[in-house]
Amino acid sequence: MPMTITEKILARAAGKTSIRAGDLINAKIDMIMCHDVTTPPAITMLKEHGIDNVFDPEKIVVTPDHFQPAKDIKSAELHKRLDQWAKEKKIRYYYKLGRAGVCHALLPEQGHIRPGEVIVGGDSHTCTYGAFGAFSTGIGSTDLAAAIATGILWFKVPASMKFVLTGSLPKGVYSKDVILEVIRRIGTDGALYRAMEFTGPALKEMSMEARMTITNMAIEAGGKNGIIGFDETTKAYLNGRLKGKTEYTVFESDPDARYVHEDTVDCSKLEPIVAFPHLPSGGRPISQCAGKVMDQAYIGSCTNGRIEDLRIAAEILKDTEVRIRTIVVPATPEIWKQALDEGLAEIFYEAGCVVSAPTCGACLGGFMGILAEGERCISTTNRNFVGRMGHPRSEVYLASPAIAAASAIEGKLADPRKYL
Amino acid sequence: MAKAHVYQRDHVNTDEIIPARYLNTDDTAELAKHCMEDLDAEFVKKCGAGDVIVCGDDFGCGSSREHAVWAIQGARVGAVIAHSFARIFYRNCINCGFYPIELAGAIDKINDGDELDIDYEAGTIDNKSQGKTIQFTPLPDFALEIIHDGGLLEHIKKK
Ligand code: SF4
Repeated sequence: MPMTITEKILARAAGKTSIRAGDLINAKIDMIMCHDVTTPPAITMLKEHGIDNVFDPEKIVVTPDHFQPAKDIKSAELHKRLDQWAKEKKIRYYYKLGRAGVCHALLPEQGHIRPGEVIVGGDSHTCTYGAFGAFSTGIGSTDLAAAIATGILWFKVPASMKFVLTGSLPKGVYSKDVILEVIRRIGTDGALYRAMEFTGPALKEMSMEARMTITNMAIEAGGKNGIIGFDETTKAYLNGRLKGKTEYTVFESDPDARYVHEDTVDCSKLEPIVAFPHLPSGGRPISQCAGKVMDQAYIGSCTNGRIEDLRIAAEILKDTEVRIRTIVVPATPEIWKQALDEGLAEIFYEAGCVVSAPTCGACLGGFMGILAEGERCISTTNRNFVGRMGHPRSEVYLASPAIAAASAIEGKLADPRKYL
Repeated sequence: MAKAHVYQRDHVNTDEIIPARYLNTDDTAELAKHCMEDLDAEFVKKCGAGDVIVCGDDFGCGSSREHAVWAIQGARVGAVIAHSFARIFYRNCINCGFYPIELAGAIDKINDGDELDIDYEAGTIDNKSQGKTIQFTPLPDFALEIIHDGGLLEHIKKK
């Protein structure tokens, strides 16, 4: 029976030769991502239920990120619980402050993501890792506890949707605009319970960083996972980077695999896009919304806090000065160091931005850039829900680092193309 | 008898159910104080034990934070009835032993303040205020089993 890449990975993990959408399976988990918000409760649950073992301390990656460095006493307590547990269970890959970073940027960068594997994490944007041809999905704390203890989780095999990306991205248009366009088309529940498979020639021209921005936002369309097949770019990225096991299995969709939805995005026709509050599906072309006054710009997060994103922002911010509060957050220590070495940090400083330590921070309204009532933020993050970055009556506008940088200069939504 | 709190809304998300500013704790009692705060600041005051939240499509979209389910459970909400649920939230509900009721047209069939009597086994909602009985499709057996066992971890332990 023909299968999609998602079905093939899940079949392998369930020890079956063939499965189809809708099947309930028990899948073996290859890797688990743990952070400071959802893992401490999972640890407590395991203790309370007296099933306090870890299925494999080599297959768990721990990094505090949401509230790190600890923003208050309560979050410090969360970090303490996470720290004690990681040490007690001898978790091999435990990234402490100084090495810790925004989980979905850190795990691929540090070589923990392998194609063909089943990866889960206690965070909805775990779907990011699908950029490597892996099945990867976010789970809650109870599932996380079960996965940590048993290494097995039940799944309903999702039906797949196919998005063919054609054409070349015009100047000033990035993978963020592509995914905002897809979500605009299908809505925030357009991919509910489904796999979003991205394919097509436009992907060939995209780096792994750019691809991760796309799969990162699959959850914003309700998707169970986002996935992109393996190619030379994937191989080159993984080469010399993988920690632990260096071999992996590559799966690809059969040409006659079944899709419940197929759509084509001609990237050459796209404009820079801004998603208006309060849904990620609220995308509007910049030509129709430039000029809207902003109070803050935020460049960072698991969606767009990677080195490539900072380079794009720096290119625009070079020799200018920002008009509004502008916060740049390199997603990992390595990116932070690169930004320093490449002179990007200096460009940000000269332009009047603040560059913070790696953290999720303000992306989820945690700290380091919270919005007051009525304030608006142009943000490179992935969610613009009510109250996401602060006061319930503040507003978040989602866009690429280029738009965020251009808007920071003008103090209002601005077209980045004139700065490139 | 449960009172219905109807929100004529789709995409009620986890940030509205429990804002991230409260995620520095996983204490259910603490989370419960802020349940639904960014959607309806009065909710916790209005909600009686066993009351029901009724919404449109895609309830619980967004974050994987199970804190959203704990806040709802802590606020003594008996059930959430929605046209549809976001995937991770739905799964979290079952894993916590909390019943998510999927019901097409829920916000049209139930008015704010209606008194409801829910039979989870039979899949019926007796709307006492309107004198109507509404059918819903009960959860599949494997999910019911988890709920009956009191959540996924109890279920695993039993096995
Ligand atoms: S950067 Fe934002 S979206 Fe990404 S994991 Fe952190 S809080 Fe979540």
